[in-house]
Amino acid sequence: MTPEEVIDEIKRSGLRGRGGGGFPTGLKWELTRKVKAEQKYVVCNADEGDPGAFMDRSILEGDPHTVLEAMAINGYCTEASKGLIYIRAEYPLAIERLKIAIDQAREYGLLGDDIFGTGFSFDIELRYGAGAFVCGEETALIHSMEGLRGEPTVKPPFPSESGYKGAPTNVNNVETYASVPVILLKGADWFSSIGTEKSKGTKVFALAGKVNNVGLVEVPMGTTLREVIFDIGGGIKGGKKFKAVQTGGPSGGCLTEKHLDIPIDYDNLIASGSMMGSGGMIVMDEDDCMVSVAKFYLDFTVEESCGKCAPCRIGNKRLYEMLDTITQGKGTVEDLSKLRNLANVIKDTSLCGLGQTSPNPVLSTMDNFYDEYLAHVKDHKCPSGQCKALMSYIIKEDACVGCTLCARVCPVDAISGEKKMPHVIDQSICIKCGACFEKCKFDAIFIE
Amino acid sequence: MADIKLPANKVQELRDICAKFNHEKGELINVLHAAQGIFGYLPAEVQDIVAEELNVSVAHVYGVVTFYSFFTMTPKGKYPISICMGTACYVRGAEKVLDEFKRLLDLKVGETSANGDFSISCLRCVGACGLAPVVTVGEKVYGRVAPEDVKGIIAEYK
Repeated sequence: MTPEEVIDEIKRSGLRGRGGGGFPTGLKWELTRKVKAEQKYVVCNADEGDPGAFMDRSILEGDPHTVLEAMAINGYCTEASKGLIYIRAEYPLAIERLKIAIDQAREYGLLGDDIFGTGFSFDIELRYGAGAFVCGEETALIHSMEGLRGEPTVKPPFPSESGYKGAPTNVNNVETYASVPVILLKGADWFSSIGTEKSKGTKVFALAGKVNNVGLVEVPMGTTLREVIFDIGGGIKGGKKFKAVQTGGPSGGCLTEKHLDIPIDYDNLIASGSMMGSGGMIVMDEDDCMVSVAKFYLDFTVEESCGKCAPCRIGNKRLYEMLDTITQGKGTVEDLSKLRNLANVIKDTSLCGLGQTSPNPVLSTMDNFYDEYLAHVKDHKCPSGQCKALMSYIIKEDACVGCTLCARVCPVDAISGEKKMPHVIDQSICIKCGACFEKCKFDAIFIE
Repeated sequence: MADIKLPANKVQELRDICAKFNHEKGELINVLHAAQGIFGYLPAEVQDIVAEELNVSVAHVYGVVTFYSFFTMTPKGKYPISICMGTACYVRGAEKVLDEFKRLLDLKVGETSANGDFSISCLRCVGACGLAPVVTVGEKVYGRVAPEDVKGIIAEYK
């Protein structure tokens, strides 16, 4: 096959970037091919930074050869002679196995100079990440490989024109590369026969959280969330009620009961207010407070924001503070409109994908669980009983036998009462540690 | 500003590594990985040497060290405890496990105990989400950790 034929096959297969963006892979390859340059680079993004997702790690540990093969194929198509894998240092086993696979490929003559006498030369090196979520963004990743802070730059120019060391660079994610060899083996028609109209093939999801069966699942595009969570995942742990599923990691959103029957693909998830992302899928049950979940993601974004652009650096911090105020029970109804307004501003004005998507967890939880936000700011109550500041431990008078155990375990002496008489908790002293609740043998203490 | 006296043999080892990377400034992150492997952390004195060897400013090195969460400027404990705070672990109660470690060791996140035995840090994700919540002590991984297990884990290292 000529390079053009290979690119055409990939284009016809309908393969889209598996790292999250969903950009058509064949088109990306063609763009890099079209730019004329002495030196070009093929980069594999193996900096799987999305917390709760580990599909790339499983590919790199289980079958690193397929990624090397795809990178060489890309080199053949784009006329690049050098490949670089940017892998996070937190994956020592994946690094070790990649090194072995690269050595083996060199030994067999699958990498190196003049591969099988075709005149095509290609070799691969590893570059290590050092723990920065923003490096999943391709320009930030390239800067990190150059030994700089992993800060993104404005696109254009796209890496296909000016990437690593200023040379045209094709950046794809591990899972995207891993799909390439099988497409060329079995043909574009086979690949495109799986999936939905605009999202072809299969996708690996990292199913985690409150489901019975956690782990990686590979399903055809178009499978519904219900099938993944209830059929494959075996339903919710402990027979609790399903509340939400978070897809797309810190850039994605929380979907609810009403979204369960939507066929999963890039476009449907975006239309529902979330995104595919790299494939993280965290299931939450009735005990999870959605305001706290939004706060958790914002905490992540605040820490991982590179600080280059103001909307992301300052805006997300303010978003976090507002959410914190709400979970402390000090928020007001006006705060909710401010929250939404700021979230939209950050979305519209941030420099890179991290900032543009960071308010998604806030917006999607506000859209789907507005009542829960209202309960926090109006009644100063947390319906799931997660927000410490908003709950109170109360002793049921008729159930308390006055054994004094709770009063003895209370670290701040907030509980008083005569022996064999019902006890009371002084709410102004109580620090809500829950010690009394756990110790009570008569189920006389409840959380409100 | 040199407050800490670095052992001469380790300094030489670091200089050799810089030479192995041809004093190439694009290799800064790889050099820092190696340096942290040698010294266990990256104090200002180590950054001075790296800056000198790669012919970049100390500010540049400092900028990179502080940007990436993998690099640390404080020495970790003999038994570095890391609690995974990835989403899967968080949803399964990692925060309570962290609180228990903090309470029992009387340490905050990022601190090292006075005798140098323990340090606590938070990890983003070790990719073992099926075992959530996950705690690592050095190279050892503990899965499905409940707050009640914390006491026993610490006892293993005392």
